[in-house]
This record gives sequence, C-alpha cells and structure tokens, in this order.
Amino acid sequence: MASPSTPVDLAAAMVTTVPALADWLVILPTALMILAGAALMMIRKSVRLHAVIAIAALVLLVLIDALLLWQVSSSGPVTMTMGGWLPPFGISFTADMFGAVMALVSALAALSAAVYSLRDIDASGLRHGFFAFLLLLMAGVSGAFLTGDIFNLYVWFEVLLISSFGLLILGSEPKQIEGALKYAILNLIGTTLFLITVGYLYAIFGTLNMADIARKAGALRGVTENAPPLMTLTALFVLAFCMKAAAFPVNFWLPASYHTPRITVSALFGGLLTKVGIYALIRVTIMLVPVEREAISLVVAASAVLTMILGALGALAQNDLRRMVGYVVIVGIGNMLAGVAIGSPTSVSGAILYALHSIVTMTALYLVVGEAGRLAGTFELSRLGGLWSRAPWFSFASLTLMLAAAGLPPLSGLWPKVMLLKASLDIGAWWLAIAILVSAFLVTLALARVFLLAFWRPAPEGMDQSLPETDWRSVLPIGLLSALVLVFGVYPEPLLALGQAAADGLADPSAYIRSVFPTGAAP
Amino acid sequence: MNTLILRTVAPVITALMLLFSVFVLLRGHNEPGGGFIGGLIAASALAIFGIAHGPGAVQRAIRFHPMAIAGAGLALAAVSGLVSIAAGVPFMSGLWIYPDILGAEVPLSTVMSFDIGVYLVVVGSVTAIALALETEPDGGAGEGEGGG
Repeated sequence: MASPSTPVDLAAAMVTTVPALADWLVILPTALMILAGAALMMIRKSVRLHAVIAIAALVLLVLIDALLLWQVSSSGPVTMTMGGWLPPFGISFTADMFGAVMALVSALAALSAAVYSLRDIDASGLRHGFFAFLLLLMAGVSGAFLTGDIFNLYVWFEVLLISSFGLLILGSEPKQIEGALKYAILNLIGTTLFLITVGYLYAIFGTLNMADIARKAGALRGVTENAPPLMTLTALFVLAFCMKAAAFPVNFWLPASYHTPRITVSALFGGLLTKVGIYALIRVTIMLVPVEREAISLVVAASAVLTMILGALGALAQNDLRRMVGYVVIVGIGNMLAGVAIGSPTSVSGAILYALHSIVTMTALYLVVGEAGRLAGTFELSRLGGLWSRAPWFSFASLTLMLAAAGLPPLSGLWPKVMLLKASLDIGAWWLAIAILVSAFLVTLALARVFLLAFWRPAPEGMDQSLPETDWRSVLPIGLLSALVLVFGVYPEPLLALGQAAADGLADPSAYIRSVFPTGAAP
Repeated sequence: MNTLILRTVAPVITALMLLFSVFVLLRGHNEPGGGFIGGLIAASALAIFGIAHGPGAVQRAIRFHPMAIAGAGLALAAVSGLVSIAAGVPFMSGLWIYPDILGAEVPLSTVMSFDIGVYLVVVGSVTAIALALETEPDGGAGEGEGGG
C-alpha cells in the first residue's frame, strides 16, 4: 500500500521540483505569527512571558519581511503554492513589491505598538490575551498583503477582523462594547459583500488565483456575446473595500469606534486596518480590472473628495484627541482613494507611498495622543495644556509627526501629496488637486490647534502634574516612527523608486503572472 | 434542565459523544467527517456535561483552559504545514509515513495531524463560548472569543 505506483503523470497537476528556500519567505510571516499567537494562547496564565515572546516574534517578523522585500526587489515576485498543487488549483501566496513593502512597514508599526503596549496594557488586558490577539491580527494583516488568491484574501480579512473584535473589547467597558458593536456590524456587512462578490467573480472567471484572473480578464473583455458583467463586479468590489477602508459615505463606523479601545489598539487599527482595505482596493482595481476602474473613476474621485474634506472638517471640530486622530486617518484614506481614482502610474505610486506614510504616521500619532493623555490625565483638548514644558523631547517628536500628517516639508507626508497633486493636474482634474490642498490645509489647522492648546498653552489651573513622566516604553516606539518619517522626508529617493516599482508591477502584472505560472503568461 | 435523569445519563452521553467525535475525525480522511464536524460533536458533548454538572465540572474534566486547547490545535496545524520545509516540498503538502504498529501498517500523515489541529481549535473555541454562556454573569470561567 505504501507509495503505490501510478501511471498518472503527476507533473501535470503537482509541483515536482524542490521549492527554493527563498520561496518560504512569503509563507513565513503568516506562519510565524500564527505559531507565536497559538503559543501565547497555550500559556495564557503566564502573562509575564507574553510580552517577551510577542516582541521577539515581531522583531523576527520585521527581519523576515525585510528579507522578503530584499528578495523581491533583487529577483522579482516570489510565489509559493500550497500543498504542492500547481496554480490555479493550489492556493498561491505571491509577494510582489507592493505586498512586500506594505508587509514590512506594517510589521514595523506593529512592533512599535507592541513596545508601547508595555506601558498601556494592564494585567487584565494581558490575561484577556492582548498579545495573542495582536499576533493573530498580524497573521491576518501579513496574510492579506502576501496572498495571491482572492478567496484567501477574504479569509485573512476574517482572521484580522476576529482578532480586532477581541482587541476592541479589551477591558469590557460599556462604551467599548458599544463601539465594538458598530464596528463589528458594519465590518461584517463589508466582509459579507466582499464574499458575495468573490462568489460572483468565481462564476465569471472560474478561478480565484489573482494572477490567473489578471491574465484572463483581457480575453473576457473581448467577448461581446453575453458579455461578462465585469462592471458590476468592479463596482461591488469598490464598495466592499471602501467600507473596509473607511471612505465616504461608508466611513461612519470609524469615528464611532476607534476612540473607545486602549490607545495601543487604536494605534494598530488606525495604522493598519484601513490600509488593508486600501491595499485590497489597489490590488483588485489597478491590477485585475483596470479598464472597469477607469469607467467608475469619477464616482471614486467624488467619494475621495468628500472623504478628504469631510474628514478634515471632522478633525477640526473634535475636542477629544482620539476622535480627532480618527478623522485624520479618514483624510489620508481620501488621498489614497484619489490616487486610485486617477489610476496613472504616478498617482498609484503616490497612493502606495501615502499608504506607507499613513501606516507609520497614524500609528505614531495615536501613540502621541495616548502619551499626551496619560501625561495630562485627560484626552479633552479644552482641559489639556503645558505638555511642552513637561516633556520637551516628546513634544518635539509630536510636532514632527503632526507636520508629517499635515503633509508639510521636510517630512514624509509631502512626497505622496506632491505626486498625487501632479497626477491630478496631469489629467486636468484641478478640482481634485484643490480638494487635496484644501484638506491638507484644514488638517494643518486641526493639528496646529492641538499643538497650540495641548502643548504650548500653559497648564490650566488644577491640572494634575504628578503623573509619571515618559520613559523608554513610550520614547522608543514614538522615536522610531518619527525617525522613519524624518528619514523618508529628507531622503525620499529609495522609497520613491520602490513606490514606482510597486506601481509599475501593478500596471503591468506580467512579472507577477510569470512568478505564479512560470511556463507561460498566456492562458 | 438540571434533573436527576440528566445528571445520571450526562456522563455516559458525553463519553459516547467524545468517542464518536474521534471516530468522525478519523473517518473524515476519505469519507464524510473530519476535524471541524468532529470538534463540534466533542464541544456539544462537553456542553451537555456542562448543562448537567455546571461549567466548573467541565473545566475540571478537561484540565486545560478551552482557549489553551484551541491554541494547541492552532500550533499543531501550523506545524503540520511547516514540516514541509524539512521535506523539501511546498507549504502544507501532505507527507506520509507508514510505521508498523503491532503488526499492522498504520498510515500517518501531516494531513491527519492538521485535521487533529482543526478538531482541537473547534473543541477549544466552541467550548469556551459554551462555558461562557453557561456561567452565571458574575462568574468568570472563560471569555467567549470566537473562532473556527
């Protein structure tokens, strides 16, 4: 019975060669996070070990993602197909430049948040499995960035969604439950819509592998008799991903929920989750259905403008710092959406760079807000003050991050905005350019207001000055993220080249397709 | 629900259902069944035991916290996939060994260990939910984080 000899030629259906060791890099981020998360679930009582294991695992994740990015940039996209089945039958994990760089930057953001959590998450949060949820969330995020299969993308969305529910209700306060309920229901609707659309896509294409879809889309578009409803498909995908990414008019869940959990959790969500939605939107609309995206670009652009302007006005109106940052996240989403709407190589690379900048800056801004709130004992702008004299270095880093978020030189927010502006002026969409500038101006006002009131203004009477000072657990993550923002601001060439390469890889996915189907890019 | 009849037969039913769940798990390799449905059967067995004797009794009977069991299953499933590195085949490829145990050839595979992992994840997470639902609000026998 052992190893029966079959007359069937296995090479027609199975991978028969030994995969290169470098190919494992595309699997390892997800596998490592799942394994480490599972280990933390098993030792749930020994909470002291949780932080050590989780931070070690996240450092390892950063290293693996960096190696993966290096591998992708030196020798093109990396693919591994599960179970030894040949694609499109096996589920492929494919990392191209876009996926790899997103995975690396989000791992850095998660590591920073994990270090900050040493100060923010108390023993009860640890007992409820904060770090286990964090690692499983990162498994979902890494999986979403690295998978090459659209149904698998849905699965990773679910993984990160379920972990995010756990993180949201850490602490079990009634306000958190209320926020989590809004978040859960609206996100479940978005995910269900995504699933329905994937089913629809399978009915049209007969495949779920993204490389396979990309190479079949061209031929399907030529069919005139019973033309496949690619337009409907695209519209549904855009709606589902816009819900995930918090684009107007389906973004009301974000301000309703992001200010309720622990600040580390807000930082993770604000930095990572909406960007996963943007990633999926760019991956699907730019790479798989570019022609149909062009047809609804005006709708997307209108949504982008409204997201930006209303988000910026929202930021200006807030008194609670955490809510304010939530609106700044939304403004960024509007900018990225504008890049998707234009769809030229410059604008797509602008959107990708904006996403990277937003992951770093928004995570850092939430941490800044958390630290400010901890130093002053309140998150309310009307009662904050005097932070500049209490913690000058912290205030300096905060100012850096606020300027970066507003898109002022010489920091990282400038370059993506410049590219988006150039791209919108190139196609004559002056109104889009104006919206980008106006929203940037409003965000500058909103953040300047925060800096003036919370940092520069002398501490109001009766403010508690006895709360513990900043220490390394908050300095290290905020410092690391501010350094990233500064370096990318003054020396942008490497990252600009990277963003360009990522956008080119999406506009012409032949390298991506070759990586999955080495024998031929034609169907 | 907590009648003498239920309390008397619950251990027997639980034992039978647990045995049946393992049967369904192993049967699932080539026929209908598998880790997911087997895990659900096992979790409902524990739920019946919990209804009859209380969540505390279930917790004592299974020794480990349900979420720890789910974690062990997740780890087992991940390891089953990663064994492929050593064998030089892609992630999650089925690998077989055929050891001779007591004169019978027993086929063992990473497919099966993966399925056992699924079984443990489902048993752990569904039992955690069931115990949380059966626990009085002021108690704290387990928090109902879902999954599976």
